[in-house]
Amino acid sequence: MEHSAFGDQSNATFSITDEDHTLANAIRFTLNQDSRVTFCGYSIPHPSDALVNVRVQTSGDPAREVLKDACLDLILMCRHVRSTFDKAVDDFKANEGVQEQNIDSKAIEGVQALDIDSESD
Amino acid sequence: MAAAQEEKREEKKFSIWDLPDVPEKLPPHLEFARTRVQCNLDAPVHTESITYSGAYASMRVDNSVQLDFFQEKFRVEVKRLTKDDMEFDLIGIDPSIANAFRRILIAELPTMAIEKVFIANNTSVIQDEVLAHRLGLIPIAVDPRLFEYISENDSPNEKNTIVFKLHAHCKRGEPRLTVKTKDLIWLPNGSEYLLEGQNPDSSSSSKPKTYTSFSCSQDSLPEFANNPISTLPDITIARLGPGQEIEFEAHAVKGMGKTHAKWSPVATAWYRMLPEVVLLEDIEDEDAEALVKTCPVKVFDIEDIGNGKKKAKVARPRSCTLCRECLRVGEEWEKRVSLRRVKDHFIFTIESTGALPPEVLFTEAVKILEDKCERVFSELS
Repeated sequence: MEHSAFGDQSNATFSITDEDHTLANAIRFTLNQDSRVTFCGYSIPHPSDALVNVRVQTSGDPAREVLKDACLDLILMCRHVRSTFDKAVDDFKANEGVQEQNIDSKAIEGVQALDIDSESD
Repeated sequence: MAAAQEEKREEKKFSIWDLPDVPEKLPPHLEFARTRVQCNLDAPVHTESITYSGAYASMRVDNSVQLDFFQEKFRVEVKRLTKDDMEFDLIGIDPSIANAFRRILIAELPTMAIEKVFIANNTSVIQDEVLAHRLGLIPIAVDPRLFEYISENDSPNEKNTIVFKLHAHCKRGEPRLTVKTKDLIWLPNGSEYLLEGQNPDSSSSSKPKTYTSFSCSQDSLPEFANNPISTLPDITIARLGPGQEIEFEAHAVKGMGKTHAKWSPVATAWYRMLPEVVLLEDIEDEDAEALVKTCPVKVFDIEDIGNGKKKAKVARPRSCTLCRECLRVGEEWEKRVSLRRVKDHFIFTIESTGALPPEVLFTEAVKILEDKCERVFSELS
């Protein structure tokens, strides 16, 4: 991973090894949402190399810090996604359990009703 | 008073001069372009996602999504969850993030798969290399988190290798034999084949060397003690004619889908955007019936509105496949029916191959994206 800034800190290209569109596109999204960023983009110089170049240009703040913030944002988003997802799955499983019980109890009631019917006969 | 004014504005045709001087939200046509893909008969429009924070700066609207705003809006709704597949909705998330999860699920979640096959005997019609390839694709029902990656210099041990053996023989005069994955026998003590140059008869002090060097038996480890490692049981490996025989040993190691698809933990993982079908005007009687008839997935239903009149309504927008048959009914129909997709609502489906349940796969994928960010973050600081 390199950091190539020319003269001022606010414009920089970061070469990230062993990564592809998966991370670069997500990072580009969080960078774009930062109001300090004037331009950002990424490129993969060659499809057989596991390398992406992420270009960050800011309106003054050091590009390195802005990229770090973008990573942090993405981490926090992921954590939120994970906790929300886990909760949704737990709720779904709990609900499903309740529904199954309901069906069971209804079935039992049905059987009892049948019994009563047959007795009355 | 203000409400009345707003009603009036809605009644009138939209004009740019009606906008307030300092808007808090986007005018409706821009908001529509930002949040919906409009699917016209010829091509979809507004397909791009607008993520730049200053995209609407000239309208004095802030387009940057703050984290607390995201946390407020983001929702997950589980629609279906079984042992090996699930469908859920991710609402309020950008396609770049949803796509990252999908890519990680397919290519970067590790599983165990057969990588080396030692063929002792194969007289069947299926060639050695084809047999080995078929074996590689068999899903192994074991939690890959319990294993380590094996590198080139590592010797195979109980932490990084699972060994299976198979010996099938179809006797002469018997009907054809189908060899299934349930015939694979797990060898918790490692390989039984001796390395070249080892003499099996020299029963000296040390054990003869085999192709693996297990320091202990895998079934003595707590995680496998009561839970033997198996594959999915009912997959055909080969068919043997009378007199044919297969004997081999297969070594499974940990790997990732980007090396070879056999390590992918999902059959597929995909998402689609939520379809939105809107009738722009009332569609009645014969037109309604024509509309209902034209849709192959039955998105529309007919509703009685009294006086023997019928009206079309959108009953199942979720099943719309955007085939656009309803727009092909006639030329004017593009003005009556509007097919859209909601840009930040993803219907996500995961089909697991059996190593891990689908809900665990998704949380693991999110964790991997987190790890990637953490790596970049720590390298920068």
